Amino acid sequence: MTTAMRTVSADQIGAIKAFLFLLCLIPAAQLVLGWRADQLGANPIETITHATGSWTLRFLLITLAVTPLRRLTGLHWLVRLRRMLGLFAFAYGVAHFAIYLWLDQFFDWAAIAKDILKRPYITVGFTALVLMVPLAATSTNAAIKRLGGRRWQALHRSVYAIAIFGVLHYWWLVKADILQPVIYGVILAALLGVRAWWREQERRRQLSAPPPRAASLKGSVIRIVPK
Amino acid sequence: MLIKRPDDIVASEITPRALFEDRRRFLLKAGAGVIAGAAVWSGLPSPAAAAPMKLSPLQTSPFSIKEEKTPYKAVTSYNNYYEFGTGKEDPAQNAGIMKVQPWTVRVEGLVGKPRTFDIDALLKLAPLEERIYRLRCVEAWSMVVPWVGFPLATLLKQVDPLGSAKFVEFVTHYDPEIMTRRRILDWPYTEGLRLDEAMHPLTLLTVGLYGEVLPNQNGAPVRIVVPWKYGFKSAKSIVAIRLHETQPATAWNKSAPHEYGFYSNVNPEVDHPRWSQSSERRIGEFRKRPTLMFNGYADQVASLYQGMDLRKQF
Repeated sequence: MTTAMRTVSADQIGAIKAFLFLLCLIPAAQLVLGWRADQLGANPIETITHATGSWTLRFLLITLAVTPLRRLTGLHWLVRLRRMLGLFAFAYGVAHFAIYLWLDQFFDWAAIAKDILKRPYITVGFTALVLMVPLAATSTNAAIKRLGGRRWQALHRSVYAIAIFGVLHYWWLVKADILQPVIYGVILAALLGVRAWWREQERRRQLSAPPPRAASLKGSVIRIVPK
Repeated sequence: MLIKRPDDIVASEITPRALFEDRRRFLLKAGAGVIAGAAVWSGLPSPAAAAPMKLSPLQTSPFSIKEEKTPYKAVTSYNNYYEFGTGKEDPAQNAGIMKVQPWTVRVEGLVGKPRTFDIDALLKLAPLEERIYRLRCVEAWSMVVPWVGFPLATLLKQVDPLGSAKFVEFVTHYDPEIMTRRRILDWPYTEGLRLDEAMHPLTLLTVGLYGEVLPNQNGAPVRIVVPWKYGFKSAKSIVAIRLHETQPATAWNKSAPHEYGFYSNVNPEVDHPRWSQSSERRIGEFRKRPTLMFNGYADQVASLYQGMDLRKQF
């Protein structure tokens, strides 16, 4: 890792963000162009439904990969890309749901309600999307300030549940071949597992080595004990 | 966007894919006369021989429906044939390497005259009919396909089913050298029907579609088509047909018995445990359409299930 990559200027982060933004739009552009050119196969509605769903899941996993990647590489500026990645996950999720509402169900609200209540894979998928709404809504700097860092962080930890629900949503809808959802599941397990591992390491470190300042304080306490 | 207009290309005008491919373009480019001459001289197949074989003459059938046919390209590029991959376009890409000639079908089990049919003999067993049927997949999409074949009953009568025979099992081709080795289902894929279902005049022993021999991804060289049941009941690339006294195990039923019953009749009132079966997307159409009882064949087949609780025997 070169030291030049460790820190980036405001201009550089701006350029990286602009580039990433365009990159994240590629799947959507492919679907729009493919639709217009009739290149999405015999069942284009199914194609765009599946593609937007897959990209929601991929963006969730990419977002969850930012923190481990930052820690492993020491590239702390990566965290400044996380908000955009998370918002793209939400955007693809909204597109996925909109396609379901419109092209799959044609706003048949009774059928939609039945689906959400009766079909476990739709129940978890819908729950995941609903849980994403407050995260997207509090993605601004102002919202972080208003909530306070600690509460904001607590709220945004629900992304772990969202990702788990997302993988379940996929797992429960496939017919016999679970290979794809298993792959997503394994990646998610690794991303969550590494967090749990680091947390546990940190807990043990704190238990085994009390901070030196506390020890000297203890010493001073002894001195004032009455004789 | 794909909103299909009426299919104004008749089947016979569709250029077979093989003709498209390099051989012909190469021949035309390089000077057809010289190369074709050389091909004849060296015994190479001529371009025409590489095209899917036309099946004729074809009789028309009163069982054919009048609905708009799903285009050939969709019928042959959007398939479920898990041995060649679980993506819809995988079979069209991967099934080409399957050798369908020579091919034999053993008809055995509880029959008076067990027999192995060569595929060429099978094609001559009865006059070929074109049957335009609805195809309803358990995944809630559907097509209209002009199949070519003859009633399975014609074949079964040739082998004299014994009185004790009550069920028919279809065993399909499985070659791990060219097909997936992952045990997504219990290979070889098997399917089954009650004998009276198998003998029903709608049940078609199928060797072609759109007037040509079956493309591999559609179950070449011989499959069955049972139009009032979900598509997976219509086994592809059959190598053996066995008559039994008891109900045979079937691939999807073994995989998920609570989701895929032995009967698997198309029924808009009995949902798949995970999704609704009340409507379907006809390939090429924008909006869903309601699913019909027995896929629209209730007049012909409802009597087979009289007195049965179709919710329990789904």
